[in-house]
Amino acid sequence: MVTLTRPSIDQVWQWLDTIPDPEIPVITLVDLGIIRDVEWQDQVLVITVTPTYSGCPATSIINLDIETTLREKGVENLRLERRLSPAWTTDWLSDKGRAALEKYGIAPPEPAGGPRRCPHCGGDNLEKTSQFGSTPCKALWRCKDCLEPFDYFKCI
Amino acid sequence: MNRDQALFEFLLRMGDSTLILSHRISEWCGHAPVIEEDIALANTALDLIGQTQFWLELAGEVEGKGRTADNLAHLRDAWDFRNLLLVERPNGDFGKTLMRQFLFDVWQSLMLAKLKGSSDQRIADIAEKASKEVAYHVERSANTVISLGDGTEESHQRMQDALEDLYPYVGEMFIGDKVDEVLVKAGIAPDPASLRAEYDRIVGDVMYKATLQLPEDDFAHQGGKTGRHTEHLGYILADMQFLQRAYPGAEW
Repeated sequence: MVTLTRPSIDQVWQWLDTIPDPEIPVITLVDLGIIRDVEWQDQVLVITVTPTYSGCPATSIINLDIETTLREKGVENLRLERRLSPAWTTDWLSDKGRAALEKYGIAPPEPAGGPRRCPHCGGDNLEKTSQFGSTPCKALWRCKDCLEPFDYFKCI
Repeated sequence: MNRDQALFEFLLRMGDSTLILSHRISEWCGHAPVIEEDIALANTALDLIGQTQFWLELAGEVEGKGRTADNLAHLRDAWDFRNLLLVERPNGDFGKTLMRQFLFDVWQSLMLAKLKGSSDQRIADIAEKASKEVAYHVERSANTVISLGDGTEESHQRMQDALEDLYPYVGEMFIGDKVDEVLVKAGIAPDPASLRAEYDRIVGDVMYKATLQLPEDDFAHQGGKTGRHTEHLGYILADMQFLQRAYPGAEW
C-alpha cells in the first residue's frame, strides 16, 4: 500500500501555476487570476475557480486540466467549485502574466481602456478595429506605425 | 403564488430572454457584413449563452425537480418559455439585428444593475458577473445604432424602419404582474416599471444622436413573459432543440 502525504497548499499553487490557459498558452491559470482559493476540507482538496466570461468555452477545458494535473500529482480526492462573486477582473492578472501576454503579441489590459503600445513595434499610434476580438476577453486593434493588427486584452 | 414559484418564473424570464436572443444572433455566424462584426455578434451570443446557463441552472435548483439548465433549454415547448417577445423577432437586416440588440441591452443593463442589490445572493452574484459583459454589449450596440442611423440615406431609413417595427415590443419589459409583486416584496427583484424612466432617457439620447425618431404610439405587445408567444418561437425551438429531441441525452 502506498501512503501519500497530503501536499501543502503552497505546493498545490505551484502545480496550478504550471497549467497553461487553453486559449493563451503563454500564461498560466494562476497568472490569469481565476484560481480564487485552494484549501483542504478534511481529506478533500477544494479548488475554487471563477470564470473569466460567463460563456467562455475554455471553462470546461480549464476544469478538466486542473483535475488531470492534480490527479497526476497523486491528489485523489478533489473537488472544483465555481465562484461568481467577486466577479473576475483583469486587475487579477499577475505581472508575470502581463509581461508574457505582451511578449506573445497581445497587449495587456490598461485601466485607460485601450492598449498602451503596440506589442509588436512599441508604437503608440493605435486604432481600435473592433470591440470584440478572437475571444470574448479580447478586442481587435491595429498599429498605424507598423500596420500590424493585434489583440488587446480587454479590461473588465 | 409562493415565493419559490415566483422566483422560478422570474429566473425563466431572465434565462429564456438571454437564451433566445443568443440563438437569434448566433444565426448571423458566418453571415455578418464584415468579419469583425461576425466575431462581435458571436462573442455577444457566447456571453448571453453563458448567462443563460447561470439563470437556468438556478431556476432548476429553485424548482427542485432535478431539471438542469440543459433540460430546461432543450426539453420545454414554446408555452413554457418566458422570454420577452422582442428577442424572438426575426433578425431582418444587420441594422435591425443591432437595433433589437440595443433595445434589449439597455434594459438588461438597468435590470442587472438593480439585481446586483438583490436580497437573494445567488441572483446578485450572477448580476454582478453579467453586468460587466453587458457594459460592452450596450456600448457597441449603441455605437452601431448611431453610426447606421446617422449614416447614409439608406442606412438611416432602414434603422428608422427597424425602430418602428421593434418599438411596440419594448413596453413588455416594463409591465409588472403577480410574479414581480412577490419578488419586489421580498427584495429580490425591482418593479419592472421602475426601470422605465432611465431606459427612456438612454434610448432617447442615442436615438437623438442617431437622428432617429422614436414612435409616439406606446402600444405594447405582450405575452412572452407568461408563455404566449409569436409563431417565430416555434421555429427557433425546432432548430435549437432538434438534436436533443432526435437523439435524447446526446453529449459531446
